[in-house]
Amino acid sequence: MIQHVTDPVLEVHDLTVSYQRKPVLWDVDLTLPHKSLVGVIGPNGAGKSTLIKAIMGLLPLNSGYVQLFGKSLDEIRKKVSYVPQRESVDWDFPASALDVAMMGTYGQLGLFSRPGAKQKQQALEALEKVGMQDFANRQISQLSGGQQQRVFLARALAQDADLYLMDEPFAGVDIATETAIIELLRQMREAGKTVVVVHHDLQSAQDYFDWVILLNMRLVASGPTAETLTPALLEKTYGGRLTELSRVSELLHKKNFPIREKKPVRP
Amino acid sequence: MNTLWEFLSMSDANVRYVTLGSILLAASSAVVGCFTVLRKRALVGDAVAHAVLPGVCLAFMLTGEKNQLILLLGSFLTGWLSLVVIDFITAKSRIKEDTAIGLVLSVFFGVGILFLTSIQHSGNENQSGLDKFLFGSAAALVGQDLVTFGIVAVLLLLSVVLLYKEFKLISFDVAYARTIGLPVRGLELLLTTLTVLAVVVGIQSVGVVLMSAMLITPAAAARFWTDRLGVMVVIAAAMSAFCGAAGAFVSYTAPAMPTGPWIVMLLSLLAIFSFVLAPKTGLAARLLLQRKVRRQMMRENILKTLFLLGEAQDNYSHSYSNKQIRDRRELPLLRMKEGLLVLRRQGLVTKSSQGWALTDAGKKEAQRVVRLHRLWELYLTQYLQVASDHVHEDAESIEHVLTPELERRLEELLDYPTQDPHQTIIPQQP
Amino acid sequence: MNLDAFWIIMTGSLVAISSGLLGCFLILRRMAMVGDAISHAVLPGIVLAFLFSGTREVWSMLFGAAALGVVCTFLIEFFHKKARVPADASIGVTFTWLFALGIILITVYAGQVDLDQDCVLYGEIAYVPLDTWITESGLSLGPRTVWMMAGVTLVILAFITLFYRQLYLTSFDPAFAAAIGISTSLWYYLLMGAVSLTTVASFESVGAILVVALMVGPAATAYLLTDQLKVMLILSAVFGVVASFAGYYLALWLDGSVAGAISVIIGLEFLLAFVFSPTHGLVSRRRHLVVTTPQPASA
Repeated sequence: MIQHVTDPVLEVHDLTVSYQRKPVLWDVDLTLPHKSLVGVIGPNGAGKSTLIKAIMGLLPLNSGYVQLFGKSLDEIRKKVSYVPQRESVDWDFPASALDVAMMGTYGQLGLFSRPGAKQKQQALEALEKVGMQDFANRQISQLSGGQQQRVFLARALAQDADLYLMDEPFAGVDIATETAIIELLRQMREAGKTVVVVHHDLQSAQDYFDWVILLNMRLVASGPTAETLTPALLEKTYGGRLTELSRVSELLHKKNFPIREKKPVRP
Repeated sequence: MNTLWEFLSMSDANVRYVTLGSILLAASSAVVGCFTVLRKRALVGDAVAHAVLPGVCLAFMLTGEKNQLILLLGSFLTGWLSLVVIDFITAKSRIKEDTAIGLVLSVFFGVGILFLTSIQHSGNENQSGLDKFLFGSAAALVGQDLVTFGIVAVLLLLSVVLLYKEFKLISFDVAYARTIGLPVRGLELLLTTLTVLAVVVGIQSVGVVLMSAMLITPAAAARFWTDRLGVMVVIAAAMSAFCGAAGAFVSYTAPAMPTGPWIVMLLSLLAIFSFVLAPKTGLAARLLLQRKVRRQMMRENILKTLFLLGEAQDNYSHSYSNKQIRDRRELPLLRMKEGLLVLRRQGLVTKSSQGWALTDAGKKEAQRVVRLHRLWELYLTQYLQVASDHVHEDAESIEHVLTPELERRLEELLDYPTQDPHQTIIPQQP
Repeated sequence: MNLDAFWIIMTGSLVAISSGLLGCFLILRRMAMVGDAISHAVLPGIVLAFLFSGTREVWSMLFGAAALGVVCTFLIEFFHKKARVPADASIGVTFTWLFALGIILITVYAGQVDLDQDCVLYGEIAYVPLDTWITESGLSLGPRTVWMMAGVTLVILAFITLFYRQLYLTSFDPAFAAAIGISTSLWYYLLMGAVSLTTVASFESVGAILVVALMVGPAATAYLLTDQLKVMLILSAVFGVVASFAGYYLALWLDGSVAGAISVIIGLEFLLAFVFSPTHGLVSRRRHLVVTTPQPASA
């Protein structure tokens, strides 16, 4: 059950991605509507983060292409924001919450220019939106997990993008933060943004998202939540890997096989 | 040639000492090195090597003489201390391991240099020769050193042989070793002690900086030739011993040449040779395999194209020219010609004046590939919900990798299909 | 303080500033040992530069040798990524190989290259004042090394102030940096190039190993004292300069190597911060533990 939309915010076309020559995501083909809150759902190792990273151009693609607002990533980078997994960085790094939020404005700046008052203002506003204004000068290692996640969100907000891709923003955060974050995401949607969130809790997915992508090495379903989060489709997503797919992945990896005969070409 | 013979006969006592000493040293540090590398603590040896210097100087300053045993004891203590300090810093502060190693290494060494230069300037005549700990001087090995080396080497080898399976386990999976009740702390301590011992002894012949190569390089090289720890240890020791002897030979023929750097140079070349040329795991082997795979794919693609041309006219024995083949499917001309020649040799195609045609065997092979292609397309549409106009590209590469076993599974799964998603007939197994 | 002492301390401080600044980024990226590797690996580059330039033509030598530092980082990456050698082993194999090559080259060209082995390891900062730069009109401008080091320090300062943002972001969160279009590998290699340049320039005065002390030590000390990168950079430079001062007089007192003494002071500075740092020291951590454990963790 894969629903496509016209004039999509994000179009993923026939995407195959591999880690160390082992495909982890096969032939994903999907489109996302404007102004939506999208959940990417699937079991561990299903390729959820891989999908986000591939969209952000952080992983080489074996096949296919990605278009955002009908353009390639390089043309439109400023309108797209990425929130990596919280564990992906060293929180002992000498930086304050404000420093991290400021990073969101770096994309607007040229090679030699330095962030000024305007950028600082943007960063402070972003911190305020996530309720972290009182912690602006706090060192990031002294923040709790939930607060660190909020700072990451503030960085993305400071970017003032139209499409947000978030990798597990609810991982390891307390319930208060989770509620606050989802409230914020809803506001963002109301403001016309599209937010794609990697999520692993089925229970809450029902309430949180209005569009759901079900993944397990391949795209199982993509569509409005009500039609997509059905027991049958979930069973398909969580009912184990497709043995043949895993076997072929293994074979490609072991025999050092090219995953595609031709390099992908962007349109 | 004569020099080599003279060298090998070892009639000169000095040559004997240098060569045997280098071999013993190289082999024993290689053995211990295998475990440090596998435990991902390769660079710790580097820290120990640098930390030896202050110990030597302190021992000398306290006793005022150059007693081999006391100097060794001193260096052993500071070498050991450096490891304790590294562990302590990483455990008790936010400093990460690499920083701790770099810090301890350079500060201990700085202390050593300060002491050493201070001793040198003090005018104590006994001090000359202390600086051999800096660069090592294998060429100055004497009989007494050989005895020390021998004892240490035997000690190291004996420990490794006796505790082989325990060391193997803690190098592979510490957590598991702990759960089955091995004294992990003690074993790690022993392994660390052995490393320090190897470094302390070895440093006199190759020096501070190059000592870590004696631990790391043979182990890294040996890893490429085998998947078994026991074999790896033996290979590492053998490579090292050979380079030790060769290094001694170099400085025998050209006395100005330093033995230590030559041993390391040879070891490194051997290691790079291994990285590149080792069968199966080496870089070249992997590239060759890739080329082989590409050629295989090319040949299968040619067969498939001939088959598809035949399928359109329902006549598989017709001949087609290069151009006709390439009109059907874009293939690089040179590679294609190359592939066709191989196929002819294999008896899968024949050549006539009109061009190339499939033989019976060729048709069978082509049929197999086409069949796999269409099976996979069907699988993608049915199980991955990929639209039928998107499946072709994927199947183009997967058709070459599917095994007969997977083929059977796919058939079963798809309930012995006869048509692919484009309503083309899936050729049945002949 | 006589003039010689001034020049020696000056040289030490310049080396300390440039390596201290770069060291901050190295340790934050967990690449202290790559810095160590580079400092050894530039040796053959220095020898070759000596040979080809014939004289001690400063800038050709600097860049020739610095290029080798970048080659070294490239080889480490190559062995690790392409040949699949474990990361730390790849560092160990690469730098010892290049260092051995350097030593062999020194021996082979002993007549042509004015470098001795001891100098390679711990330099000879005490000789700095001897090699003065005298203009054609006979005016003495002070030691050549000081001028060279000053030039390199300026380059490093400019590099870090101009590209602070890029260096900061690629060190903290490379994935985010790449996502907003900052090339992580470009900045990686530029940083390594800067490290190589500093190492090569410092080689004669403090040697291969002690430049590592100046890179890692003050940066690590600063890391224990502050939570702001800018402050950390400044502190690191300051600690390096202090160590140069104190080290010089310690060496004078013990009649030993100045570079050795500088690293002893660096070690002491670290020890003090390690024990007494108000935020991350041993003492405060212990006190912190006692105070905070009874309270429930708050979000």
